Amino acid sequence: MAASAAVRSSMGLTLRLSRVIPDCSTCPLFRLKCNAKNVANLQRRGSFDSLRTINRHLQTSIGDVNVVYIDRSGQRIPVKAKVGDNVLYLAHKHGIDLEGACEASLACSTCHVYVSAAHFDKLREPEEREDDMLDMAPMLQENSRLGCQIILTPELDGIELTLPKVTRNFYVDGHVPKPH
Amino acid sequence: MGAHKLLFSELKLWTSGGGGWIARLHKGGCGKASLSSCSPKVCIVGSGPAGFYTAQHLIKARQDVEVDIYERLPVPFGLVRFGVAPDHPEVKNVINTFTQTAKHSRCSFYGNVNVGKNVSITELQQAYHAVVLSYGAEGNRSMGVPGEDLAGVYSAKDFVGWYNGLPSCRELSPDLSCETAVILGQGNVALDVARILLSPIDILKKTDITQPTLEALAESQVRRVLIVGRRGPIQIACTIKELREMVNLPDTRPDMVAADFDGVKEALKDLPRPRKRLTELMLKTALEVPGEKEQERRSKASRTWGFRFFRSPVEVLAEPGHSRIAGIRLAINKLEGSGDGAQAVLTGEVEDVPCGLVVSSIGYKSLPIDPSVPFDSRKAIVPNTMGRVKQAAGLYCSGWLKTGPTGVIATTMNNSFDTARSILEDMDSGTLDMSAAKPGSQSISALLEKRGVEPVTFSDWEKIDNVEMKRGESRGKPREKLLTVEEMLHVAWT
Repeated sequence: MAASAAVRSSMGLTLRLSRVIPDCSTCPLFRLKCNAKNVANLQRRGSFDSLRTINRHLQTSIGDVNVVYIDRSGQRIPVKAKVGDNVLYLAHKHGIDLEGACEASLACSTCHVYVSAAHFDKLREPEEREDDMLDMAPMLQENSRLGCQIILTPELDGIELTLPKVTRNFYVDGHVPKPH
Repeated sequence: MGAHKLLFSELKLWTSGGGGWIARLHKGGCGKASLSSCSPKVCIVGSGPAGFYTAQHLIKARQDVEVDIYERLPVPFGLVRFGVAPDHPEVKNVINTFTQTAKHSRCSFYGNVNVGKNVSITELQQAYHAVVLSYGAEGNRSMGVPGEDLAGVYSAKDFVGWYNGLPSCRELSPDLSCETAVILGQGNVALDVARILLSPIDILKKTDITQPTLEALAESQVRRVLIVGRRGPIQIACTIKELREMVNLPDTRPDMVAADFDGVKEALKDLPRPRKRLTELMLKTALEVPGEKEQERRSKASRTWGFRFFRSPVEVLAEPGHSRIAGIRLAINKLEGSGDGAQAVLTGEVEDVPCGLVVSSIGYKSLPIDPSVPFDSRKAIVPNTMGRVKQAAGLYCSGWLKTGPTGVIATTMNNSFDTARSILEDMDSGTLDMSAAKPGSQSISALLEKRGVEPVTFSDWEKIDNVEMKRGESRGKPREKLLTVEEMLHVAWT
């Protein structure tokens, strides 16, 4: 409410404030649109959109985290999650094909995901055991993490998690014998 | 599969484990499948990770596929049960996923069926639209040196089978009355063997290691384990998790040869992350002067372990006049080249190491089980392209039989999903002829009955499972494994 009051006191925006600001946050189309654009674009578009963003934050219930999974075929699957959700089990809940062979006990690398650049540094540092298992994952990248170790926080809103494409060619091109 | 429109319906959570893959099952469209007049029937030979992951992928992808899994032993899960070390129980969690697959309405498990002996691949091909060979690697590479057959020399495959309760290894009874054990090979299996030989009994007795092994280890005199490799530290085949476990193993201290690590520090900067982290840990363990606390821990340790590099076995030496091992003769190598491709070249020098136990951990090996199946004896795999067996329509392979015996469960999973994708592609394209219905297990069960073979069902296995867990309970172990096929069958059919 303090935000709206501060804005209201600004002359230039008084007119706009008189328009009815719809409760956009409950509409799936709005959420889809928001997810499709990145935050930088939103910020660039001027005061009306900043207002709408503020409004959205006020309207969105506390504890919601928007997550996008990108599956192996490249399909984007937006998911509404809660603070405290585990990325692996969230994927399972929404029918996404992320295996978790060892059931989140840091004994395999089947829940390997790539984390969006904007969010990667916001994750808690991996413990040594996670790094050890990540070392075994095929197609390891700078932004690789194990999904079972990612617990959602408010800062991770908008996070995108890409499932690695372990393609057939993986075995054909420069196949290196793996340990067993 | 990408071409199908996916709608998802949330099915009831399957187990307290969080739903697993059944809850993720998509009610998919049938695509081209709706044009075929019968339900595709697929037979999988082998019930380890390869078999189960192939089954899982097929069942998820098409609503009409029925999968039958045949297994030689009365018990499923292959190397997850008989290969994964007893002190790595989390790795075995994957059994929960496999259990869901086995209990799916379109999946059936037939244990106690020896494919190749009780029923032929040709007969399976007549009964099923597709047959997938996932029976892994039950043989081992031999060292090919004199003295290999002396008492006191074992393959790691047999040693691991022994401590994990594989019925065929029950009589191994390795002699642990010597002080020094030498393990040839430096992969994760070699490190598992070293760790089991040196772990405090108090740790092992809470695992599912077999009772006879526990008793043998309690009497063991082995105090020193050398893990020997042909090449250098940068070529070592184990992974960091297993190395860390050795470094942190209670009541043990590391014993390395500093000279083996010449030049390794300089090479670090060019190594990819996994190799770099592993090498850094090795360097630290071998060369760094430990802090006071660690120094004290090491001085109190009663057991030692160490890597020995640039050594190849040339002969196992017997005690004069006896057929028991007294030591092993190792050739000294030098490296030509660097990195993964470095080659070990003989220098002509040899070195004798006295020891009373040799475990050869240089690789598993697949064996041909049926003359009608093409087999590449040089690579010891079934020749294939993307899991499709060459020159054999309707025949596929997955797991170690397809790519050779390396890889952890995650590797086998991807490997098996790939084979399943090939099968699905072939179903969609018509390469796999599905115009005629196939009898599947109906005809095979009739054949087996005629031959006096009674399959063990998945519920029969669950009886065995319950008995094992119950027996383990009174001993503070997750399970006490049944050690003979006879006992297993007795429980299954009572």
